[in-house]
Amino acid sequence: MLAERPVTPSTLSRKDLPWQIKWDINTCTKCGRCTSVCPVNAIELGVFRKRDVKPPMGLSAKPTAEFSTFYGIRQRTDPAYACIGCAMCNMVCPNNAIEPTRQYDSTTLQFQSNRGGQPRTRGGRRNNAESLLDQIKFIRISMLTDPALDAGRHEFDVRTLLGRVLSPEAEITCHRDHGWKPPVREIYPLVIGGMSFGALSPNMWEGLQMGVAYLNEEMNMPVRICTGEGGCPPRLLRSRFLKYVILQIASGYFGWDEIIHAIPEMKEDPCAIEIKYGQGAKPGDGGLLMWYKVNKLIAAIRGVPAGVSLPSPPTHQTKYSIEEAVAKMIQSMSMAWGFRVPVYPKISASSTSLAVLNNLVRNPYAAGLALDGEDGGTGAAYNVSMNHMGHPIASNLRDCYKALCVAGAQNEIPLIAGGGIGKHGNLAANAAALIMLGASMVQIGKYVMQAGAGCLGSEKDRCNVCNIGVCPKGITSQDPRLYRRLDPEKVAERVVDFYLSFDTELRKVIAPLGRSTSLPVGMSDALGISDKDAAERLDIKYVI
Amino acid sequence: MCRLFALTSRDPVSPMRAVDALNVMKEGHDGSGVGLFLSGLGGPWEELKEYPILSGIFTDAGLARMSEYMTRNGFQSKYSATFKPDVEPPVGTPKRGTYASIAFRIPDEWKGMTQAQVDSNLVQMRLDLRAMGEEKGDIMVFSFWPDTIMIKEVGDPLTIAGYLRLDREELYARHILAQGRQNTNYAINLYACHPFFLEGISTMTNGENTAFVPIREYLTSRGVTGYRGYQSDSEVFTHIAHYTTKRLGLDIRAYKHIITPMNDDEMRDHPDREFLADLKRSCRKLIIDGPNCVIGCLPDGSMFMAQDRKKFRPGVVGGNPELGIYGFSSEICGLNAAIPERDKTKDFQPMHLDTAIVGPDCREVQQCSQNDPLRLQL
Ligand code: SF4
Ligand code: SF4
Repeated sequence: MLAERPVTPSTLSRKDLPWQIKWDINTCTKCGRCTSVCPVNAIELGVFRKRDVKPPMGLSAKPTAEFSTFYGIRQRTDPAYACIGCAMCNMVCPNNAIEPTRQYDSTTLQFQSNRGGQPRTRGGRRNNAESLLDQIKFIRISMLTDPALDAGRHEFDVRTLLGRVLSPEAEITCHRDHGWKPPVREIYPLVIGGMSFGALSPNMWEGLQMGVAYLNEEMNMPVRICTGEGGCPPRLLRSRFLKYVILQIASGYFGWDEIIHAIPEMKEDPCAIEIKYGQGAKPGDGGLLMWYKVNKLIAAIRGVPAGVSLPSPPTHQTKYSIEEAVAKMIQSMSMAWGFRVPVYPKISASSTSLAVLNNLVRNPYAAGLALDGEDGGTGAAYNVSMNHMGHPIASNLRDCYKALCVAGAQNEIPLIAGGGIGKHGNLAANAAALIMLGASMVQIGKYVMQAGAGCLGSEKDRCNVCNIGVCPKGITSQDPRLYRRLDPEKVAERVVDFYLSFDTELRKVIAPLGRSTSLPVGMSDALGISDKDAAERLDIKYVI
Repeated sequence: MCRLFALTSRDPVSPMRAVDALNVMKEGHDGSGVGLFLSGLGGPWEELKEYPILSGIFTDAGLARMSEYMTRNGFQSKYSATFKPDVEPPVGTPKRGTYASIAFRIPDEWKGMTQAQVDSNLVQMRLDLRAMGEEKGDIMVFSFWPDTIMIKEVGDPLTIAGYLRLDREELYARHILAQGRQNTNYAINLYACHPFFLEGISTMTNGENTAFVPIREYLTSRGVTGYRGYQSDSEVFTHIAHYTTKRLGLDIRAYKHIITPMNDDEMRDHPDREFLADLKRSCRKLIIDGPNCVIGCLPDGSMFMAQDRKKFRPGVVGGNPELGIYGFSSEICGLNAAIPERDKTKDFQPMHLDTAIVGPDCREVQQCSQNDPLRLQL
């Protein structure tokens, strides 16, 4: 450090940064690609000066100092430009001369990341590696009386129902009297959860939609994708692919004008309408699309001016209470499509989930309830919301399912669980655990970005710059220079790949349990966990 | 694995015929128990068709408590066939007391009730007695229903038959379900032993029901008095049959559509496609995953056999229409032993879409496929 450089309270040394750049002078070709690709300008080309003292031979001559200059990479220590560990620099380096390394003992930056009195906002998920879902084991393996099935060759029915299902008695009466039946969709139990057009780049969106269409039309897997708030591209609204899409309406109503206007021209009904009251990553907050990402296209689709931040309010502004919301919103949305489309709310898993559920059980138009646990959601939010708010999904889901059992409505209102599924890559095991705890289907968001598009975010606060539109992979950026990096075809391919492998793995879980003809929803006797309190809370077996 | 044998006959026959069949099939079970359901009773019971019969096992104190309870409720015993073994029980069988089947006269106050009320009260009384017995361990009640006797005990079927003298004439019946082996998936408990019974419907099953917990949760939430107990994972089959026929008012051909609905491809060209698809959805929680062979008897005396969708358990139905006797067996050797005088080429082994039904007239095996139109029912 130069002597005249000021040392202020927020001055950091390299040591203070959680991510450090290791740069090897010997292999660096000085091509400059790393600095140009760095999304946060954490590194810059540096000119370094080196003094070499040359001691001469003999005793009388004085040593001389020689100065040389060389060029290299300098890591900036300004907190605003701290390295995020994305490793894009390494990805573009021809010689692997540069890479970020994690420094676990430094927490200093956390105290500095609120300059100007602005708390930190970021994308990503709760930075917590714990996963209760990963601890759950499937312990009911059929051995003797009940032969295990051949997961590879047996006939399996891996489908679930989205929509209000009538009780058997009501169904028969309804059939006899030719009454109105609530719409029900038979879909694949792994749903791509709401990530809005606006949060995701056009290439990412296109890739996902293509993947979903391929799965439906070529692989015979009725996979559905939710749009998230922000509307839907007009062409998709008028295409036959709309039937694979769940349209989300959130508290900002962004993009809904466009959707309503497109209704008369829709060739197909959407799969369902999801009314978002809350999401797991930022319970109690609305959506937050920061101005960086509101370009002309997004502005046009959302019906707003370009270049302004778009925070959705935490609550639907025309709604006063959940009772009213259920009565009004669900009904008007159902009505808009002639009661042919299931409409259900999505809430953050919370201590009030049961209250919401109770309201839905009594509402004949409610088509389900999506619960989003604390690890869910990927959009921009305040650090504090993401890391410290919300309810874990497992116990919340379990409570809701058991409440349905008491009401005798466990087949009538499907529960959709999300939040932390596949956090450590164990997608099928986590999903199966939630299904056996009572979910009719599960939804994933972050996993799709990670597996489908190579998102670099981790549970260790890596990357997480989704909110400011500089996503180095082009997943959550609206800048064509960035999202050009993402090939939609390849995203589609990856989505298909991981769905197929999920399908195989799910069968590998349910086949040994002896289940094949219906999804093991609520089959809690198959689950065990080595944590006594968790076992008691979830009402599953305690095993050590 | 359990072995199952059922007989339906125009004339009453001894339950020994079924027990002997179980004995022939012994290789496949461990002889750990036997359960019998008898209806269409012959002998002294012919005159007593209207009177509900309480069957169970009682200690002396239990007998007293039971009769006190019955009297309190206005019931008078009309006829009883009790049996108290005077020899030591076989090894492994506990000494329990009196095995009783007692017919009661329904109190006059009940006359004004609807049939449904009477039925549900009878179920409630059985459950009350069962609860009383579970408190003190002196009463076990398996059924309380007109024209129905149930006997269950731990031990090898043939030995138990000798011990309990099952060849008694008062046990002759037209419809007999017999199962060899105690329930072994859960704790040993006579209530967990097949066959199970509710309001005139009885079924027995072999194999294991992997979907037990969700189905149990669903049934118990239906608000039907008799849906409880569940010491065995197979008890739900009886209750699903009850739910299908009594609650939903469908006939037994719809049973298989509920426990093992067809897949989309099979349903595509079905004339009742729409109804079946709706039924599959609304009864999704009742889908079994087997592997099971279910044999059951309905209040009118018809008997049926159905398999899980994978058909991991065999089952065969055959008999002689002239003699008016048909057998339902989990093994052919059992059927051969019980009804040798039959045309074996007419034996029917129901496959994954079939239900085999023999009506009370014992004239033919109706082979219903799920592909057939469901000529219903609404
Ligand atoms: S790891 Fe990412 S943020 Fe850090 S220097 Fe490299 S490119 Fe920049
Ligand atoms: S790669 Fe993109 S989407 Fe993933 S964490 Fe980084 S900025 Fe967010």
